[in-house]
Amino acid sequence: MDWFPLLNSLRIAGISTVIIFFVGIFAAYYISKAPRAIKGVLDVFLTLPLVLPPTVVGYLLLRILGPKRVIGAWVLSVFGVKLTMTWWSAIFATVVVIFPLMYRTARGAFESFDETLAYSGQSLGLSNTYIFWRIRMPYCKQGILAGTVLAFARALGEYGATSMIAGYTPGRTATISTTVYQLWRTNDDALAFKWVMVNMAISFVVLLAVNMLEKKHAAAKGKGGR
Amino acid sequence: MSISVDIEKKLGSFSLKVKFEADNETLALLGASGCGKSMTLKCIAGIEKPDKGCIVVDGITLFDSEKKINLSPQERHVGLMFQNYALFPNMTVLQNIRTGAKREKDKDKRERFVQQVMDSFGLAELADHYPHQLSGGQQQRVALARILVSDPHILLLDEPFSALDSHLRFRLEQEVRSVIRSFGKTVLLVSHDRDEVYRMADSIAVMNDGRIEACGEKKAVFAVPGTKTGAMLTGCKNISRIDRTGQNRVYAADWGIELSVNALTDAATYVGIRMHDVCPGTGDNLTLCKVVEVIENPFSVTVLLRPDGAENTVPIGWETEKEIWKKYQADELYMSLPMNSLLLLEGDKNA
Repeated sequence: MDWFPLLNSLRIAGISTVIIFFVGIFAAYYISKAPRAIKGVLDVFLTLPLVLPPTVVGYLLLRILGPKRVIGAWVLSVFGVKLTMTWWSAIFATVVVIFPLMYRTARGAFESFDETLAYSGQSLGLSNTYIFWRIRMPYCKQGILAGTVLAFARALGEYGATSMIAGYTPGRTATISTTVYQLWRTNDDALAFKWVMVNMAISFVVLLAVNMLEKKHAAAKGKGGR
Repeated sequence: MSISVDIEKKLGSFSLKVKFEADNETLALLGASGCGKSMTLKCIAGIEKPDKGCIVVDGITLFDSEKKINLSPQERHVGLMFQNYALFPNMTVLQNIRTGAKREKDKDKRERFVQQVMDSFGLAELADHYPHQLSGGQQQRVALARILVSDPHILLLDEPFSALDSHLRFRLEQEVRSVIRSFGKTVLLVSHDRDEVYRMADSIAVMNDGRIEACGEKKAVFAVPGTKTGAMLTGCKNISRIDRTGQNRVYAADWGIELSVNALTDAATYVGIRMHDVCPGTGDNLTLCKVVEVIENPFSVTVLLRPDGAENTVPIGWETEKEIWKKYQADELYMSLPMNSLLLLEGDKNA
């Protein structure tokens, strides 16, 4: 059995999660502080990928990143690199699809933050960076961790947009989900089943982790901690 | 050591416009919730930005809208204690207190100072506890220690006892008073509790709807509260609208009696009298009254009285010792509202 799809899926999901961890938190932090009108509009726009079919996301991405489209053509002429049909092209797809998951959970966590903690930190002379990383983030840790794990799980399972922008090339762009589809299509039922099992195992572990985080969170709240 | 504040801020339909000064003393801002007293503290601390005005602490301008000065909260050296104490939940007591000392760059000096404050607040044993493991009183002690270790130029206490059970308050008030004494600089205390304010502060500023209505030495403010809100906030429970009927004669419309008063001014539209200043038997403004209701308190009695012949008027409360009431215990009695105890009050200034 060729393990490349597993490796490829893990690296795409891993890199996407790292990117979305920072981008999602950044967006969540600033939008949770924005005036209500702006918040409403941005919220709809940023949550859209969650409800759009992945193929629509893939189509839109191809409209921008395709070799003959605005950005795709520019990158190709300047750097000589094609943005589609490589293993990392899938990162564009997963990043867009998992962004709302991270953004929404992180925003919920930030909105439950007790701002007086930040204010008193400022009055004590603590820098805003210190307050963000040492007070605000630990306070919102559970929500943000849960969001990260969910985003990672969703990234692992991304199929629609990925197959459109990265395609299926064995040993180059194949991920677990595209491989399963390909194997089923070519009637290789035994191998498809193996990959399904691998995928189930990973998802099981991830969801278990989410559950444990949430339980820990509930327990911490129960004993009066915040 | 001093503070001078003169600021304006509009927030929707609410407008804050306060001006006061305080020296090396404890000044209490006394007001009902929503009157802008916490907002005033936030403006001083730099968390909220006033629209206009200036704030000067110890000769250092923290905010001046004309000179375009607006120091960050970090630069202000203002020690603000929140109602909920705002201890960092992810840090132990020791770590919480260390955050207050971060301005001091010399590491040894910092650690020495932290230890010193930990000891003087009796927190050594609690060093490794997290805030949620502490009682309300202990949390308050940690919050105070954390602020004092940051060497503030002024101390702002926002409703310091409101998060505590009432039986704890008395003891903690003593603790805070001794902290204030050893702090020795200007302290601003925000509260809605007149007893607490009277015990803790030297001066009092009565706030109502974003304005300071009366300000001065605490005994003077309690003796002559000046406005209806001031009288209510300092605990005067008998208040009536008045109509002028002659020189130094008024008709108390809510009570249904005519009264003689001292030095009536045009601005006075209300009259008030504290419940323990009402006098049975003899004296000025003597009226025959019917007893409407007798309310027993743990250590006193409140007798509600209505002038004979009046109907549907607001009864006047008389608070007295249980022993004294036992001597009267009548359905009817003569009641005096002594002229020297009557408070002539202005109405709400912006109502």
